[in-house]
Amino acid sequence: MADAERLPQPVLQAPRRRRGRRSSVRSWRRTDQLIWALAWLAGIGVCVVVGAIVAFLTAKGLGALSPKLLVTRPSPSVDQSGSGGFLDPIIGTLTLAAIGTLIATPLALMTAVWVVEYGRPRWLAATVETSIEMVAATPDIVLAIFGLALFQFGILAPLSFRGSGGGVYGRSFFAAGITMSLIALPLTYTATRNGLRSTPRQLREASYALGKTRAATIRRVLVPRVRSDVATGATLGMGRIIGSTAIVVLLLGATLQNSSQGSVPLLGFLRGTGSTLTSYVLENSPAGEGNAPQKAYAAAFVLLLIVLVLNAIVARISRIGDAAGLSAGRLSL
Amino acid sequence: MVVFVAQRAWPTLSHEGLSWLGSGGNVDNQIGSMANTSSSPPASAFYLRAWPLMYGTLLTAGLAVIAGLVISLLTSIFIVDLAPPPVRRAMTPVIRLLASIPSVILGLIGILAVVPFVGAHLITGGEKESVINVIQLTGAGLLVSVFTLTVMVTPIMTALITEALGSVPRSWHEGAIALGLSPLRATIAVSLRAIRPAIIAATALATARAMGEAIVIDMVSGGKAFSPNPADGLIFIFEPLRTLASEIIDQAEGLSEPALRSSIYAFALLLMFSGFMLSIGSRLVRRPLRKYELSS
Repeated sequence: MADAERLPQPVLQAPRRRRGRRSSVRSWRRTDQLIWALAWLAGIGVCVVVGAIVAFLTAKGLGALSPKLLVTRPSPSVDQSGSGGFLDPIIGTLTLAAIGTLIATPLALMTAVWVVEYGRPRWLAATVETSIEMVAATPDIVLAIFGLALFQFGILAPLSFRGSGGGVYGRSFFAAGITMSLIALPLTYTATRNGLRSTPRQLREASYALGKTRAATIRRVLVPRVRSDVATGATLGMGRIIGSTAIVVLLLGATLQNSSQGSVPLLGFLRGTGSTLTSYVLENSPAGEGNAPQKAYAAAFVLLLIVLVLNAIVARISRIGDAAGLSAGRLSL
Repeated sequence: MVVFVAQRAWPTLSHEGLSWLGSGGNVDNQIGSMANTSSSPPASAFYLRAWPLMYGTLLTAGLAVIAGLVISLLTSIFIVDLAPPPVRRAMTPVIRLLASIPSVILGLIGILAVVPFVGAHLITGGEKESVINVIQLTGAGLLVSVFTLTVMVTPIMTALITEALGSVPRSWHEGAIALGLSPLRATIAVSLRAIRPAIIAATALATARAMGEAIVIDMVSGGKAFSPNPADGLIFIFEPLRTLASEIIDQAEGLSEPALRSSIYAFALLLMFSGFMLSIGSRLVRRPLRKYELSS
């Protein structure tokens, strides 16, 4: 060992770059040149499409947006100037995102901790893993229609809107929020599980060596460690919730105004029907009933802004995580 | 979940059997007449041939995923191999943004910008007149549906493929270059082969997404359960269609009619079933490739 250390270290040099890449492209096969050109085209094309979408919406949205739109409630009207703003949809979006995330995050965290840290019996852990994968692969329209079937059940009726005849429609903020948590769950679960799996075993063993029990290790060592993964997953899930339209249309009713059910203030609101920005955009597009493109553009622009902010938050969290060496900084979806 | 949906779909399945999946008749009319049946419908009320909807689903999803696969493979090669470092760093947030744009926004742009453009510039008056008695060509149809879906699935696939390409050991790629391959050829011959399982997984996920997308298709597909027919020549790509998912969202109002409700749950069951088949199928295909599986 000592001898080896005394030997002069070979000086490692980066291999000199061969002739410029451009000149070598010409010497490639024709098919390779074509692929090279197409790859550049695709890369630039994707950027152009993203840029075009953002620019188009910004131009149309800023033109149609006014502060008044954000604070007035929508109202039925034939012409666009009288149909009010989209205060209710904004409240609806925020409420749904809050309910969905509040349900999904603890559930995902607990499931991930159980699967990674305990995971016995093994078949149960495998089943949990597979079912979450299945939920992730299920289209949200199917989740929506499943939720509708579920919340029309008599036992769950107090959670939702009732028709005048006492019929249970299974439509409410509760119903939609709980269903929304299903689309956020897989994202949060996967992020948390990956974080836990990438935690070195030594960390757990060191904690046990210090006399901590398994539960204390999870609470004091592991959960703080995967905090940034959980946050990333939860934010991604929130983005999906905010962007989902099908569940809103089927389970929230996509009504014009948020209408309460019953007289208890908050509870009544949550049991009532309403709309979100996505359903508002749909209703005001030519495909919906409102047909007020200006309103639709403005609402879509607000929606895009929310998504941008969420993306920035995800990027920030994963950067903090990277700096602390916690998350792998993956381009997770 | 399966039990719930299947239970609701049972009347349709029991009345119609497997021929439900067949073709025949006009789905729009069949569904329209369902809405008028009573609360205890006779067996004849369940009559429906779902093939046009399935055909629309398979056609749009298939074409969009094929287009998306080609574009995302090229984009991934671009990001990993060709792009200069600053561009490469900028691409990640761009892809992520595109992936997180709510689909209803894409639908809105599709219906307000792309559809009128296609209707005004790509379809000639003669083409419109030639089919005026059967369908209206407004621009909304197969082309715009596939285009919007492609924009939707491409970033998902690109993200997954890029991530997998990044996890291929550098030495494999460099070894191939040392053997005399050009860097691009090395990526194609070595890296892309190594990540085949990831490509398959990405394709399966994208297909599931494309088949289940309801809102966008509902907005830009023309809303008529017409089966675009390649034999019609070029106007094939402008013909309207409907998919299973968009039919569900469209008929959501009619859920109180037993016959219609049962049919809609049967659509959902079909979608769910194909989603499961996709994930099982992609696992089976990946199994023999497992020796390539990279520890990432």
